[in-house]
Amino acid sequence: MKYQTQKLAYPYFVAAMGLFVAQVLGGLIAGTIYVFPNFLSELVPFNIIRMIHTNALIVWLLMGFFGATYYLLPEEAETEIYSPKLAWIQFWLFLFAAASAVVGYLFGVHEGREFLEQPLWVKIAIVIVALMFMFNVSMTLLRGKRTAISIILITGLWGLTLFFLFAFYNPSNLSLDKMYWWYVIHLWVEGVWELILAAILGFLLIKMTGVDREIIEKWLYVIVGLALFSGLLGTGHHYYWIGTPGYWQWLGSIFSALEVFPFLAMVIFAFYIVRKSTRNHPNKAALLWVLGCTVLSFFGAGVWGFMHTLAPINFYTHGTQITSSHGHLAFYGAYVMINLAIISYAMPHLRGMQPYNQNLNMWSFWITSSGMVFMTFTLTAAGVLQTHLERVLGMNYMDVQEQIALFYWMRLGSGIVVVIGVLLFVYATFAKGKEEQAEIR
Amino acid sequence: MSEGITKTAARNIFFGGTIFFFVIFVALTVHSHWYIVNVSTDSSTLNDSVARGKHVWEKNSCINCHTIFGEGAYFAPEVGKVWIKFGGADDPEMGKEVLKAWMEAMPTGIEGRRQMPQFNLTDQEHEDLAAFFEWVSRVDTKGWPPQPDE
Repeated sequence: MKYQTQKLAYPYFVAAMGLFVAQVLGGLIAGTIYVFPNFLSELVPFNIIRMIHTNALIVWLLMGFFGATYYLLPEEAETEIYSPKLAWIQFWLFLFAAASAVVGYLFGVHEGREFLEQPLWVKIAIVIVALMFMFNVSMTLLRGKRTAISIILITGLWGLTLFFLFAFYNPSNLSLDKMYWWYVIHLWVEGVWELILAAILGFLLIKMTGVDREIIEKWLYVIVGLALFSGLLGTGHHYYWIGTPGYWQWLGSIFSALEVFPFLAMVIFAFYIVRKSTRNHPNKAALLWVLGCTVLSFFGAGVWGFMHTLAPINFYTHGTQITSSHGHLAFYGAYVMINLAIISYAMPHLRGMQPYNQNLNMWSFWITSSGMVFMTFTLTAAGVLQTHLERVLGMNYMDVQEQIALFYWMRLGSGIVVVIGVLLFVYATFAKGKEEQAEIR
Repeated sequence: MSEGITKTAARNIFFGGTIFFFVIFVALTVHSHWYIVNVSTDSSTLNDSVARGKHVWEKNSCINCHTIFGEGAYFAPEVGKVWIKFGGADDPEMGKEVLKAWMEAMPTGIEGRRQMPQFNLTDQEHEDLAAFFEWVSRVDTKGWPPQPDE
């Protein structure tokens, strides 16, 4: 670690890990309610638990992105972060806003658009946090060297900030509401977040493989190009059944089918670069997360997305457990795993130790990933059955839910495995290794 | 691999292409906005009661169990056409009463059944929520969902 201000990443990663644990515990409770519907039903109903589950996910991923940026930007720009003080204020304000939101949810203080349930003042705080952050990183970049990685990263982060502003527009017309709601949700996760993902991936590959930056950065532009060329009009796959014009069924089907390609390119790119590796980097765990990220994001976002993205198929599967299966593996493969990759890579540097507890970290990779993959299979099976019984045969919703109860039991089982894997990851990240405690350098 | 293009060319294609597709996307959004307001939804009946009803729907975070137009959580039934399911399309007064009675009976507390919380809505809120569901049930969703509940 060459620059002092890279240490700013540390609090962000710690908070990310804390919220990650909260997120999976929320998921565990939600999964439990699916099989024991009376569990907590009077105290903390399902809708509250689910808000905590999804919001904690989004906030910890953002914490991770902020931390990743503070970690990698000084090395890329070859200069210190413009204002460490601002980064600290940003951190505490964000943590405070996020914690207040979660506590508020428990007491029924929330708004009611999915994922944007934060009360107005929290939304405003998020914008202030994002603007502080953008000012800080933009100033850093202006002072330093501009590489393709930092330009792609900052483009993604500016996009993230600007598209969040649509969270403040909530028209009374439900169809309009939904159309602009996707400007935040889709253009985040199937748009600008992919730029952030690609930039972190590129940075890690340069550091760990020693392959020429020129090759990696050229690939990155191709990947993010594919992502946005397909992803922008790919938003159309959310505009089939919400009152938007019929041409979206064509545009959405075609362009969102193409959304598979940036993820395919990422897999080929990562494995190709690693094969060309000129360096035997000691942090095997981080490399495992990097490669795993490309593979599972290809399956979760790419393949599982494609599975139900064509309009004639989506007509039947829309709003079933199919959507849920895709959502879980896509978020895990793409954004959870890239965060865990950069955390696995950066934490030993931040804590001034050699890569430690690598075996435990790699165990957590296999346990968590197996759990998520199995969860995806159970939800997919549930969704296929649900689609057939409810949407083709016309059975009543609740009767169908009873028919697929077995899969909810298996989902709970896989959820327990995921929680164990996550706890192991946190332990491996923060505990001291028995042997390898030597200072770096 | 991909030695064919230079990094600068790749960058220019990325930024140029992104701007190109974003402009198309925004243009189609503008058209879709017009389409929603004038064609697929009934703007003339979008009154204060419907707007307040949407707020009731949001304030109680209904979307984190139910779906509406297929979006939301998948823990409880779709409500886009609940107005029709409750008979409101033929007899609005009955639709309102069924909706209100249903919500007031919650939670059932029956062991092994999913529980909908008691939201303690006022009469005005019940009225507004019904107006919202009535308005929503008439949006042109291109035939979705495939089959109305029962």
